[in-house]
Amino acid sequence: MRKRTSHTAARLPGFTLTIGFTIAYLSAVVLLPLSMLFMRAAGLGPAGFWEVVTTPRVVAAYKLSFGAAFAAAGINTIFGAVIAWCLVRYSFPGRRIVDAMVDLPFALPTAVSGIALATLYSPHGWIGQLLAPLGVKAAYSRLGIAIALVFIGIPFVVRTLQPALEDLDPTIEEAAASLGASRAQTLRRVILPMVMPSLLTGFTLAFARALGEYGSVVFISGNMPMKTEIVPLLIIAQLEQYQYEAAAAIGLTMLGCSILILLSINFLQWRASRFGRTQ
Amino acid sequence: MTRLSPPAPPMHNRPATPPPRPAGRVIPAMLITISLAYLTLFLFLPLITVFTEALRKGFATYAAAYSDPAALAAIRLTLLVAAIAVPLNLVFGLCAAWAIAKFEFRGKRLLITLIDIPLAVSPVISGMIYVLLYGGNSLLGARLLDADIQIIFAVPGIVLATIFVTLPFVARETIPLMEAQGIEEEQAAMTLGAGPFQTFFRVTLPNVKWAVLYGVILCNARAMGEFGAVSVVSGHIRGKTNTLPLHVEILYNEYNFVAAFAMASLLTLLALMTLLLKSIVEHRSRHAAPDPVTRIPTLVTATPEPQT
Repeated sequence: MRKRTSHTAARLPGFTLTIGFTIAYLSAVVLLPLSMLFMRAAGLGPAGFWEVVTTPRVVAAYKLSFGAAFAAAGINTIFGAVIAWCLVRYSFPGRRIVDAMVDLPFALPTAVSGIALATLYSPHGWIGQLLAPLGVKAAYSRLGIAIALVFIGIPFVVRTLQPALEDLDPTIEEAAASLGASRAQTLRRVILPMVMPSLLTGFTLAFARALGEYGSVVFISGNMPMKTEIVPLLIIAQLEQYQYEAAAAIGLTMLGCSILILLSINFLQWRASRFGRTQ
Repeated sequence: MTRLSPPAPPMHNRPATPPPRPAGRVIPAMLITISLAYLTLFLFLPLITVFTEALRKGFATYAAAYSDPAALAAIRLTLLVAAIAVPLNLVFGLCAAWAIAKFEFRGKRLLITLIDIPLAVSPVISGMIYVLLYGGNSLLGARLLDADIQIIFAVPGIVLATIFVTLPFVARETIPLMEAQGIEEEQAAMTLGAGPFQTFFRVTLPNVKWAVLYGVILCNARAMGEFGAVSVVSGHIRGKTNTLPLHVEILYNEYNFVAAFAMASLLTLLALMTLLLKSIVEHRSRHAAPDPVTRIPTLVTATPEPQT
């Protein structure tokens, strides 16, 4: 991708200025504020930190956040793969509009998606009133949280999978078919292994986004401690009670998870690029 | 580069029509139906809900929501915040892209990862770190309050939190393309006597303009729509520290649904416009001449003489 920078040729100007500005800006806007998370959480001491992050209410919030994010990312991986496949392989009326609209959850302010989903899935909403007679409580429940996280995660799997599917040569499938593979076999043995890195990356991105999501969830979840309280909401609850150290400690564990996810995505893409090169 | 936002559709030429499928109509029809049903349930219906709820009591009620002074103040504040955050992050993005794309140095990967951090952390954490740094209970915040400078629960805090969450967009869209352009054109321009700024604005920037524009569009959409981070630092003072998304929340929690959805419809139109602009930019960048020779012939036909 990157062209080799020639060592004999002249260096371009402006390196000191731009790198200086970049590092200064990053330090002021990102690193200094983020370091406060460590400093404040450190104020608790190791024992205090452990006590805060293992409180039943905190553990319940972790379980809920991870569970709902995992479920939503899983659902989006399955349906996102179907959507990406249709967008790449089939032509149907409105394909370009659908393609553009997949990005909507990314462009729509989360507060807007939050109130729209809460209204839609509430017992009086279009979908909620269909679910209510079946005894399904969509809004103000854990299901509601998952619904909001599904909405927010739609673009991730579709957009990471699309380029991989476009690179897939249909003649390989034809070859598999001509060698006697059934459609299911072609899918499982030929297509899936080739798009697996993208699929995993998409899942991880959707999961990471869902884990930290706040705006679209608060309106549709009931926000009941121990029941429907996600971690970001718990952090806000702690801040409102001036429990800054506790909020920082919970935030720090979340940040740790986010950084682990970021590293795993890097690893996945490194694996994928190596895989691509050896082919 | 790590992707933490949905990646853009590939910039390379896509076949105008998808390759024809061999026999079998049932499976495509089934898959398309599943896709459309899923998107209707989770995407199109929420979108339609915004407008039907906003217009539930007729257009007059809808329009009345905009005459509320608090709503106008929220719109003004939202525009102000974007007008500060977007240009700052544009300058940052261009500087970072220039340093990262045109030079080799140690720690480059780390720097790119650091730029990505705001996309990886929860919006709530993005807001909280500014409360921890500048809030009244911190050393720095207490000093500032003594000097009558309020950052948290005031406009500066909102601006800072917005800058944080929108920081990566221009940089991450620009860096890969600027890297792919290499440095030969710039070297040629400098050899021919162009100054550093002339080189940047006449050679580098035109080559990456679509990526930059794309980044600015995404940055602006997020700046105007950010909710979580801004919610933590704002203090929700009506008419003073409420951005449009925060105003939507307040109206909704007051059961003033028509007004809430009226404001939300404005933000939704902004989102739809963002998507439209995005599509146009993607389309233009795909059809822009990919070959630099056709665009700046005078620079490339001259053999660049390496300076020593």
